[in-house]
Amino acid sequence: MSDTFDKVAEIIADTSEIPVEDITPESHTIDDLGIDSLDFLDIVFAVDKEFGIKIPLESWTQNVNDGNATTEEYFVMKNLCAKIDELIDSKA
Amino acid sequence: MIDSISEVNLDNKYLSAHSTVPDESTVFEGHFPGHPLVPGVLMIETMAQASGILIMHTIDFAKIPLLAGVKNGKIRDFVGPKTDLDIRAEIEHEGSGFAVTRAEIRSGGKRIANAQLTYTIMPFPSEMLQEMIKKQVAEMKKNAAGKSQTGLS
Repeated sequence: MSDTFDKVAEIIADTSEIPVEDITPESHTIDDLGIDSLDFLDIVFAVDKEFGIKIPLESWTQNVNDGNATTEEYFVMKNLCAKIDELIDSKA
Repeated sequence: MIDSISEVNLDNKYLSAHSTVPDESTVFEGHFPGHPLVPGVLMIETMAQASGILIMHTIDFAKIPLLAGVKNGKIRDFVGPKTDLDIRAEIEHEGSGFAVTRAEIRSGGKRIANAQLTYTIMPFPSEMLQEMIKKQVAEMKKNAAGKSQTGLS
C-alpha cells in the first residue's frame, strides 16, 4: 500500500477510534467506516497539515450535492488517497 | 461576552479583545449562591466568539463560522465578578469550508483558559443577521478605540 494510504489510515484511526486494520483501500469512509461530518473535519485538518495541502472539501461536497459526482469518487479510501496525491503533486 | 476588540491582524491572523466580567449577573445566582464564578462554558464561549469574529474578518464577513469542536479546553483558574479578561485568538488552519483556531484568555498576564476550536463555515441564514453581526463587531472595535483615547486601556 502507498505511503499516503498508510498515513491517511493512521490519521483516521487516531481521529475516529477506528482500528487501523479495519481500513482498506476499498473502505468507504462514510458508509463503511461510519465517519461523521465532524470527525471528517478533524481528518481533513490533519491531512491538510500532514501533506501541506488544502483538500477542497467544499467543492467536493457541492459536486456530490449537485449530482455531478458520487460520494465514492471522493470518499472511498483509494480514491481519496489518489486525490490527495494529485494535490501533493500539484503543489510541487 | 466580548466588550471590545483592540486589534485584528490579518497578516498574522490573530485578534485581541477585552472583556470585563460584570459585577452582577443572573448567572451568578446559581453559579454559585454566595460564591460567584464565571462558568467554564462561558469562558469557552468567549474564546469561541473571539475566534469566530477573527475568521469572519478573514473572509470579509461573507459567511458565518459555527463552532463545531473544542479540543484541549482547559480552565486554569477561577474567574469572579469585575475581572478584566484579555482574549486572544489566532488561526491555526484555514481549510476548505472550515477553520481551526487557538484561543486563550489571560487576566493580569496569567493564563486563565485556552482551547483549540474548530468551525464549519456556512452561508449566513439571513442578510439581517449578517448586518447585525457586522454592526456588533464595529461597535466592539469602537469601544476599544474609545478606551484607548481616554487612556483606559
